Amino acid sequence: MRFSKSIVIRMIVVITLCSAGIFAVTLVVNYLQSRSMLEMELEKNARNLASSLANRVDAELVSVAKVTEGMARSLDTAEYSREGLVSLIGSMLDANPSVYGSAIAFEPYAFNKQERLYAPYLFRDEGAVKAIRLDASYRYVPYLYQDWYQIPVELQAPVWSEPYFDDGGGNATMATCSVPFYYSSGGKQDVKGVVSADIRLDSLTQLISSVRILKTGYAMLLSRNGMVLTHPDSSFIMNESIFSIAEERRDPVLREMGRKMIGGESGFVHHSLTDEPGWMYYAPIRSTGWTLAVVFPEAELFENVRSLSLTMAGIGTGGLLLLALVVAMVTRSITIPIRALASATGPMASGNFDVELPAVRSNDEIGMLTRSFRMMGESLKEYIRDLTETTAQKERIQSELQMATDIQASLLPRIFPAFPERPEFDIFASMDAAKEVGGDFYDFFFIDDSHLCFLIADVADKGVPAALYMMVAKTLLKSEAQRLRDPGVILEHVNNILAEDNESCMFATVFCAILDTASGELIFSNAGHNPPLLVGSGGVRYLDVKPGFLLGPVPDSRYETERITLRNGDVFFLYTDGVTEAKNREDELFGEQRLLEILQGDFSMAVEDMVHAVRSRVTEFAEGAAQSDDITMVSLQYTGNGI
Amino acid sequence: MHERQRSTGSLLFQAFSLMVVVALLSLAAYPSLLHAEPPLKKASLIPLWSPQAQFAGYYVALEKGLYRRYGVELTILNGGSGNSPVEALQSGRADYAVMWLTTALRHRDAGIRLVNISQVIQRSSMMLISRKSSWIDSLQGMNGKKVGLWDGDLSIPPLTLFSRRGITIRQVPLTNTVNLFLRGGIDVTSAMWYNEYHVILNSGVDADELNAVFLSEQGVNFPEDGIYGLEKTVKGDPALAAAIADASREGWQYAFDHPEEALDIVMKYMLRAHVPANRMHQKWMLNRMRDIIMPGAAFGKLPSGTLDRKDYHDAGNAMQRAGLIGGYPDYADFTWRHDAVQ
Repeated sequence: MRFSKSIVIRMIVVITLCSAGIFAVTLVVNYLQSRSMLEMELEKNARNLASSLANRVDAELVSVAKVTEGMARSLDTAEYSREGLVSLIGSMLDANPSVYGSAIAFEPYAFNKQERLYAPYLFRDEGAVKAIRLDASYRYVPYLYQDWYQIPVELQAPVWSEPYFDDGGGNATMATCSVPFYYSSGGKQDVKGVVSADIRLDSLTQLISSVRILKTGYAMLLSRNGMVLTHPDSSFIMNESIFSIAEERRDPVLREMGRKMIGGESGFVHHSLTDEPGWMYYAPIRSTGWTLAVVFPEAELFENVRSLSLTMAGIGTGGLLLLALVVAMVTRSITIPIRALASATGPMASGNFDVELPAVRSNDEIGMLTRSFRMMGESLKEYIRDLTETTAQKERIQSELQMATDIQASLLPRIFPAFPERPEFDIFASMDAAKEVGGDFYDFFFIDDSHLCFLIADVADKGVPAALYMMVAKTLLKSEAQRLRDPGVILEHVNNILAEDNESCMFATVFCAILDTASGELIFSNAGHNPPLLVGSGGVRYLDVKPGFLLGPVPDSRYETERITLRNGDVFFLYTDGVTEAKNREDELFGEQRLLEILQGDFSMAVEDMVHAVRSRVTEFAEGAAQSDDITMVSLQYTGNGI
Repeated sequence: MHERQRSTGSLLFQAFSLMVVVALLSLAAYPSLLHAEPPLKKASLIPLWSPQAQFAGYYVALEKGLYRRYGVELTILNGGSGNSPVEALQSGRADYAVMWLTTALRHRDAGIRLVNISQVIQRSSMMLISRKSSWIDSLQGMNGKKVGLWDGDLSIPPLTLFSRRGITIRQVPLTNTVNLFLRGGIDVTSAMWYNEYHVILNSGVDADELNAVFLSEQGVNFPEDGIYGLEKTVKGDPALAAAIADASREGWQYAFDHPEEALDIVMKYMLRAHVPANRMHQKWMLNRMRDIIMPGAAFGKLPSGTLDRKDYHDAGNAMQRAGLIGGYPDYADFTWRHDAVQ
């Protein structure tokens, strides 16, 4: 249950998070790219807007400047009466409705020698044109020291003044275009006076504020000194300069920008002179050295992008929720049968293969898994049935084999000393089968009172077939020995019997010997068996016996009977290749030399000890390696005739 | 100091009416005061110019009720063009006036018996400014150049300096803007540290583009704003003069301790007088006022209001040598409460 839940949660978390990540990146990239596209578009628009607006303002100012210049030039050349001057100004005002007022102001005593100052001024006053004299109306600061007069005189050049409130003159906030006019005497020019034309600031403001820039954007006019001339916040107008705003905000960037603005540069910057961030394009108004700036509030500008992004974010969030839901459903549809399978696993593991499995509803992996699970259950059931049967069979065979082992063991003479009533010799034998039943065997029996027949044999292969073959061979050898009394003949007869119907081509090696207990004469014949060892007072040696052919596969083999005479104490030692071919862990053979050395060690050993010694050395040599062949030894010591 | 300003007659009337209304209202609200407290003495003060932070101490003292606390019902008249403080004193329109020491000495020499009741600004804040780009890098470099100077008394310190150094200049009368200088109509302009200097900076000229010479550093350190009254007014009611001086001094201290509040008050008076008002400029001005009213630790915690005897003689001597005055009175004759303070 917990596992399936965790899969659901993991799937939801992983898929939703991945999707959210991809979505967020897409959203951000989209937003930024849209912004940057908008910004590029905006810069173009702003530049066009600011330039066209600046040009409109400039055109108006230039026309005023031209008219003023024209008047000044006519004053250079002609002398006017008082009436002439007034009518000159009046006709100029009539012809130029954008001009608010105009004055012709003379240097001291320049108009006539009797009058120090003379400056007729005409301005529009409630629809009519009113004429006054500035030399009289400026009460405290004579017109000579007003910027509009003094600066062009000092510079001897036409000048647009900083906007100012004309106290005593036009009584309005205005900017004045002033052009000096001159005496010309003897090629030298002296300033005779100044012609001025005023533009009301509010008419410029109207022109500029008539331009709509989005909803809350605005155009702004800055004077040559950076003074704010139009601004949505009227408290800024004529009070704040871009530099005072920069100072208040401790914004050196804005100050630097202001210097560029009044320096006649144009530019597109991310800045606004209000608290709202915005984009501003500024361009110079050439004739006055003023600056026109259009400000696009950022919030409004990117409103569409933002609202689009918000909509996308909303859709994306909804989509993610839906995705999570779908993932949950799909994952649950997967995990429910898995969960059912998981809960079926417990009973099945404990052997209940008839537990109910979920129905296969689809052909997908889960369906396959369920089918495989069902098949697995069936196969397991069948396998266990077979296994039970096999196990029972194996147990039966095992018990039968055990019986066979016992029978085989009982076939070999096991009681030692075997012939306690016969002092002439001592005999000891042992057989360790590699499997339950073995192919090696030995035997010894008297064929008459003084002749002991003893033999050792090794049937090829091991296990039950070898054991059966051994039984036959042993029985034949014993019966033929008692009848024929000559080892070569015995082997020949037994070979012929075995060779008949030997379809399985089983064979055995046999070493058969008959000891005359009275004389110590030993006759023997070998059918392919390992050479015996003779241990006597003169040492230990392998007997150089005739090999003879294996018993069983080929009929009519000849076996020679050889003879030696044992002296008192001589030991005749027989063994199977299980001894010499025993292997250790390094696959090394025990070998004939080792066997020889053991027997050399102490030839006064009793026959039983001799066999045990060899057996223990072989075990020691094997170092725990599995015994691959039956190990069989027969050791006989002749002690009989007292020589 | 020189800001453009509008006709002040009607404003003056308005301000006066307001004062009267306030006074009547307070009397109506607290009739018991009429009997419990001694009646407030009426007096008027005319600053050197229209409302700005140069006079913050007086406006703050008025607004915070300090004059009333000292028993004075003070009216601050509008200064500025056409409102000469000396004329206002002479005509009896004002009882006390803020003016420069040099102005007072010149009028005293002309026979108007002015008495200093409090020296507010202790050092000169006048400067001569040129652009580095015009290659004038010393006082001597101004020789033969076009120098903008204000008309009248305000040209006394620079003229004294030029005369002392033997520098001849082409004097161009300055009005109340810095535009002539900014447009290059003159090479050098005189400026007040607390006013025109900052106006120039806030017209987009960086400080490092300017050569700014303080007159005080050139040995012409004439104390500026002081509170003056006619001798007969001061002697007629010395307690009133003392009250005005002390309340004003307290007003300055309050303004320096609460600069933002002081600026609010100044801006209010500026708007009321229809004077262009820029808070940052007023802030600069108030800060510079602190610098020149409280110049260094030697003057202790409060502006002492005392005219330094040496400064007085330096100014008198220099003016006399420059031929601007024939002579100047004894320190004791010119200052008030001198015996109490020094």
